[in-house]
Amino acid sequence: MPPDPPPPVDVTPADARRRSRRAFAVWAAAGLAGLGGWKWLRSRDADDDIPWPLRQVHRFNERVGRTLFSPTHLAPEFPPADAREPKVNGRHGRPAEGAGPAAVRVDQPGHAARTFAPADMIAGLPRVEMTTELKRIEGWSQVVTWGGVRFADFAASLGTDAARHPFVGLGTADGVYDVGLDTPSAMHPQTLLCDRMNGESLPEPHGGPLRLVTAVKYGIKNIKWVGRISFRDDRPEDYWASRGYDWYAGL
Amino acid sequence: MPRLAAKHPLPIRISHWLNVPVTAVMAWSGLLIYWAYDPYTIQVFGVVLVKFFPDWFYRALDLESGLATGMAYHFAFAWVFAVNGLFYAGYLVWSGEWRALVPTRRSFREAWHVVLHDLKLRKDPLPPGKFNAAQRFAYTGVVLMGAGAVVTGLAILKPTQLAWLTTMLGGYQFARLLHFALLIGFGLFVAVHLAQVAKAGWNNFRAMVAGFEVVPPPKETADAAGPAAPR
Repeated sequence: MPPDPPPPVDVTPADARRRSRRAFAVWAAAGLAGLGGWKWLRSRDADDDIPWPLRQVHRFNERVGRTLFSPTHLAPEFPPADAREPKVNGRHGRPAEGAGPAAVRVDQPGHAARTFAPADMIAGLPRVEMTTELKRIEGWSQVVTWGGVRFADFAASLGTDAARHPFVGLGTADGVYDVGLDTPSAMHPQTLLCDRMNGESLPEPHGGPLRLVTAVKYGIKNIKWVGRISFRDDRPEDYWASRGYDWYAGL
Repeated sequence: MPRLAAKHPLPIRISHWLNVPVTAVMAWSGLLIYWAYDPYTIQVFGVVLVKFFPDWFYRALDLESGLATGMAYHFAFAWVFAVNGLFYAGYLVWSGEWRALVPTRRSFREAWHVVLHDLKLRKDPLPPGKFNAAQRFAYTGVVLMGAGAVVTGLAILKPTQLAWLTTMLGGYQFARLLHFALLIGFGLFVAVHLAQVAKAGWNNFRAMVAGFEVVPPPKETADAAGPAAPR
């Protein structure tokens, strides 16, 4: 316990004013220091569109998020009857009307590039269906039933221990849109390469023929029209992270 | 001669004044985030009474198209907000100051007295004490709201990793609504708090800055002249 507060003291009016003035001066100085700190923060050089100290905090929060992360932490699933069509939001990297990418190119250090037709690359892998809430970074969300295969199963099917690399980059064929994932998030059981939505073939505006869906990231990471996948040791480029958003964006 | 009596301990004052700019930054950055998807209204029988928020509000405060900025500030200052809150609550418990702040059994009746007193409907003086009963409810309530803001914030920040928490709070969208409702609650608290501080006067305000208040001198004439009170 702290000591009891001192008993009331008798002071002259001048003394009371002096104590009061001193206290206000100290707090005014503290206020000015705070204001100075704010101006300093606001005027720092941008690191991918936000002041670099805030980018550093995003990185720190990423480390906390990775510590919290577990492949056994699952997003809740909903009855398929709750599923609706999500709003079509992202259009970056959308191929010319009706022409989805004919091939998906897969890169991995130390291995020759491999290309697959979208349907072939998931053929024969265990099918998964999940009804989860797609969460747009703006705050809006929609329950959707997704069908496809686990990204982890696809990575394992390559037979080259692709999951040993710490990062996975995905992009559209034209290179307009790309996302970076940490490998633990990519290998989460609710991260799918997805070719079906709400019981039908994945419509082209929603990323058909093949998109990524992951319950551990905001919608911005759920890339449509997947045309490139690279397993890699350095942090991949990310369309929205270079425009001020958190690279990790983990849910 | 004035008598100075210690009122607010230094840790409380530090926490209080740090909380002012930090909560302001949290509210501002929160509004930048909310702007990106702003569905909430107050409706009565289908008639929209209040829209959160009208376009003029966003324009006046320059809150448009700042989602990435808002998230960057929000998730940085959230640490300060939470750590400061823990520091404040920890000090209240450690020092025993919580006894002056948390409502007691008598507070329910007394709070009504305070309300009538403030509305000038009742004249008799309030019971003495550091905080009156209405203040006890308001200050304890706003601390709990701060804790609620952290908890609902975590639920919408990590709805998969902390799915149990998000589900407990009624799901992702409901937790977001709660988080927003707390912002409105803070706004109402601040409005009433500022009005009450203005009404209470300089001595009260100075105590939150300097720590002491001026108290009336003891009634020397009566006490000194008479015999010591029996013990």
